Amino acid sequence: MTEKKLKVLAASSGGGHWEQLMAMRSAFEGCDIVFATTIPGLLAKYDIRDGLVLPDCSRDSITMSIRCFFSAFAIVIKHKPDVVISTGAAPGLFCLLAGKLTGKRTIWIDSVANVEKLSLSGKLAGRIASLWLTQWQHLSRPDGPHYAGAVL
Amino acid sequence: MILVTVGTQLPFDRLVKAVDTFANDLTRPVLAQIGKGTYTPQNMKWIKNIEPADFDSVFRDATVIVSHAGIGTVLTAKRFGKPIILVPRQASLGEHRNDHQLATVGQLAGRPGIYVAHTDEDLKNYLLDDLDSPSHEDPSEVGRTSLVTYLKGYLAAV
Repeated sequence: MTEKKLKVLAASSGGGHWEQLMAMRSAFEGCDIVFATTIPGLLAKYDIRDGLVLPDCSRDSITMSIRCFFSAFAIVIKHKPDVVISTGAAPGLFCLLAGKLTGKRTIWIDSVANVEKLSLSGKLAGRIASLWLTQWQHLSRPDGPHYAGAVL
Repeated sequence: MILVTVGTQLPFDRLVKAVDTFANDLTRPVLAQIGKGTYTPQNMKWIKNIEPADFDSVFRDATVIVSHAGIGTVLTAKRFGKPIILVPRQASLGEHRNDHQLATVGQLAGRPGIYVAHTDEDLKNYLLDDLDSPSHEDPSEVGRTSLVTYLKGYLAAV
């Protein structure tokens, strides 16, 4: 009997957040991985089949944020990942929140673009992430976020 | 070919205009992806948005990239081994909601294959120069390997 693979949901916005997620993609080798992003074309660009599309949102639109949260929640309920991981931003945070509320392990890797301080999403993620990482040594703190390397 | 890209989320007419102003003085043709900008280039080829599917081939054809200080473009330039010139967006000019791009270039300046232009003059000089590509001994590879190894270890222990 083969052991059940760890199921991972890796979600991020398009653009830089997605490129960062792709740069650490080899960390998910051997896992049953589901990717989700906000721009459908990005999945094809990296030859990802069965990827998921999340509605984009930001702090500027409450309606879009609510839509995005429900979509994230539906994805977590349907796909039942063991771990939810995100490089940001708000749509990824919603996936983490949905993961937290359903008792999953959650990982947040704050964007390498945040050099001077964590993003707002990154700060909020600290409250719900089982593993909370920054990509800058000088932003790490004993209680988190921790530093374990960076994609750049 | 020189590829100018400003991302798809916000306009960056200052950068597009700057390159357009001296495009005729450059030795290589320029293609600019102007995104949400409203300035129409006169002296160079331009496109509103490059489709994700076409992005790789456009990148492969470029010899140098000029970009806002967006991490996605920096990582893509690295992936294709292309030198990249970064022009940070400035909040005081209404180009972003804060100055995090200035902070980003502060940390990235001097890395292999990464050049930071703070003035139009800097930018023009870099574009007339023969810039080095990021080398295989890029120190940032160590950081990436470290992060990937750490995540792998964490996932294995779940």
